[in-house]
Amino acid sequence: MNQDLKITDFYQSEYEKQRGNLAGSELGWLKVQREQAIKNFSENGFPSPREEEWRYTNVRPIERKQFTSVADITSTVDEALLRGHRLESADSLVFIDGQFSAERSDLPQLPEGAVVKNMADALASHSELLEAKLGRALHDESHGFLDFNSAFFSDGLFIYLPKNSALSKPLQLLFVSTKQDVAQLSTIRNLLVIEEGASVELIETWVGEAGHCYLNAAVTEVLAGENSSIKMTKLQAESNKSYHFGGTYVKQAKHSIFNHQSFSFGGALVRNDLHTGLRTAADVTLDGLFLVGGRQHVDNHTRISHTQPHATSREQYKGILSDKARGVFQGRVIVQEGAQKTNSEMNNHNLLLSDNAEIDAKPQLEIYADDVKCAHGVTVGQLDDESIFFLQSRGIDSERAKNMLTFAFANEQVEKIELADLKLLVQEQLLKQFPQEGIEKEWL
Amino acid sequence: MLKVENLHASVDDKEIIKGISLYIKPGEVHAIMGPNGSGKSTLSNVLAGRDGYETPEGEVLFNAKDLLEMAPEVRAQEGLFLAFQYPVEIPGVSNIYLLKAALNAARQARGLDALDAMDFLTYVKSKTKMLKMDEKFLYRSVNEGFSGGEKKRNEILQMAVLEPKLCILDEVDSGLDIDALKIVSEGINSLRSPERSFVLITHYQRLLDYIKPDFIHVLADGKIVKSGGPELALELEKEGYGWIEEAAKA
Ligand SMILES: Nc1ncnc2c1ncn2[C@@H]1O[C@H](COP(=O)(O)OP(=O)(O)OP(=O)(O)O)[C@@H](O)[C@H]1O
Ligand SMILES: [Mg+2]
Repeated sequence: MNQDLKITDFYQSEYEKQRGNLAGSELGWLKVQREQAIKNFSENGFPSPREEEWRYTNVRPIERKQFTSVADITSTVDEALLRGHRLESADSLVFIDGQFSAERSDLPQLPEGAVVKNMADALASHSELLEAKLGRALHDESHGFLDFNSAFFSDGLFIYLPKNSALSKPLQLLFVSTKQDVAQLSTIRNLLVIEEGASVELIETWVGEAGHCYLNAAVTEVLAGENSSIKMTKLQAESNKSYHFGGTYVKQAKHSIFNHQSFSFGGALVRNDLHTGLRTAADVTLDGLFLVGGRQHVDNHTRISHTQPHATSREQYKGILSDKARGVFQGRVIVQEGAQKTNSEMNNHNLLLSDNAEIDAKPQLEIYADDVKCAHGVTVGQLDDESIFFLQSRGIDSERAKNMLTFAFANEQVEKIELADLKLLVQEQLLKQFPQEGIEKEWL
Repeated sequence: MLKVENLHASVDDKEIIKGISLYIKPGEVHAIMGPNGSGKSTLSNVLAGRDGYETPEGEVLFNAKDLLEMAPEVRAQEGLFLAFQYPVEIPGVSNIYLLKAALNAARQARGLDALDAMDFLTYVKSKTKMLKMDEKFLYRSVNEGFSGGEKKRNEILQMAVLEPKLCILDEVDSGLDIDALKIVSEGINSLRSPERSFVLITHYQRLLDYIKPDFIHVLADGKIVKSGGPELALELEKEGYGWIEEAAKA
């Protein structure tokens, strides 16, 4: 590959090569959107650390790789990997290297008027609905990955749930990256349109074969109608050589409830965006755990905008960093002028297990209303000596004691998962990150 | 069992234990009393192996082995137990898991196999029953959200499960209501045996009414200023520490 080629030129020419084959390429309105997106991307490229919201994360390593999406993949899928991450309790849509795999998926039974489809097919069958909704949650967002995704997205999930409807089971999205000869690019766009009073539980699972280098650049849009209730869990446990951008952008109408749990364990460089805008009396809960070692870098960027009165937000992220890992937590809470009686609580606790690990923890409260209750707390620390001594005094050696305490710190977030087999799956992933001394799964 | 010989201990060059000697034989119960800040908790911490204390002088032998040389977990595995004056909360680690890890560490050190799950549960539940503790406590995080009295009872539960040789109980009676004090004392008494020794640190005669000590030591300003039989506690209760401290200075 030509190293001198500018990355924007490289992707411009990729776009020109692929545009005839992209999902929905026959749709005029989508073409306009994609053309605009690639134009924006060509001008601005990927985000730079000069941008305030990207200050702690440099995506240069992604630029250097020149990821491409292989059009016809004849890849062999590690079926065991897939099986190991599949939830018994959920229906599923499986995506292999960014393409929907119908034969591996288990589509749900649908209530009347509902749509659950992969994006590429939905563009063919529900073009009008998508024209009206796609991009709606991105209006006040802008950065290079969004344009990049809008230009290139190949597939994803589309859900439309009409008023007061619900799926009978949770829905799992399984994104699997396989071994390819090239640095594989997968560009997923999900859209959830959940109408008034409807509810859904969605689980995103991102997995990849160890040692394999690829980029996932995903965008999820969520339009939460009045009184709707949405629960999402994102489990990201990818190859240690992979790159991941995953942005979830939510618009919450009055009295809607949005509940998100994020678990980041894998990847060389990972950035999670999670932004939500709250109308009157909407409610959001964000819980996160990131656990990284080696030279991994994980950036969690959350933004909660209270735009109207009486909304509630609760957020708790925990980070555990060892070796030379680097973590970022940016938690912005914006309370706009009209958002009186806002109740907001945010906290972020981090454990640094090595002298060379680093965390940038940055809560940002921007409050423009006067009658609000907002609290935030951030801690960065090591394991508590008192607790280590206590366990030692009960006969447990310090190595085991430290593992137990670290695991307990992380497990608190896992314990919040309600779905039994999901909890087990996340716990398994968590346990993989640990030396086993002092940890016995059956007793947790 | 325990032989403390002219022990000195300091924190950040500040001497807190100023030459203590104490001899405890198997089966004996020793009470240590003394004013606030006299060094009672410091002594128990030094014996249990907490970091941050220097012991420039003196020697401690536990069953003829050099105690101060041992890591804290080894002391525990050898049969030393400290019930903390201020038990720590460990969110995310359940009581039952702590008990299992602790018991198996001790068994492993003695070359025994880990108990299987059923035997372990039966064993632990017999102990909760003895201490009239709700089994629900087993599944809660260690001391998290426990009341003061519940924390103390939880320390005794750990002791009951581990069946140590030497139990140092640092103000196990503080924060206990009258009924709880009785239950905890009965629990402790039921563990008394010719092989097991106790050090009871307390401010109150009440505890000693339930658990009859063989010896009472008064600690003041880092030294044992008076030792005697059970009658000493009654004198202290009546007279306070003033006369002893005066006598020590003289
Ligand atoms: N880490 C430390 N740093 C400085 N001073 C300390 C430290 N630990 C203990 N001390 C001091 O040593 C003295 C003895 O403390 P200790 O806790 O042993 O007293 P105590 O006899 O247990 O008192 P109480 O009856 O109130 O529990 C006190 O003056 C205390 O402030
Ligand atoms: Mg004390």
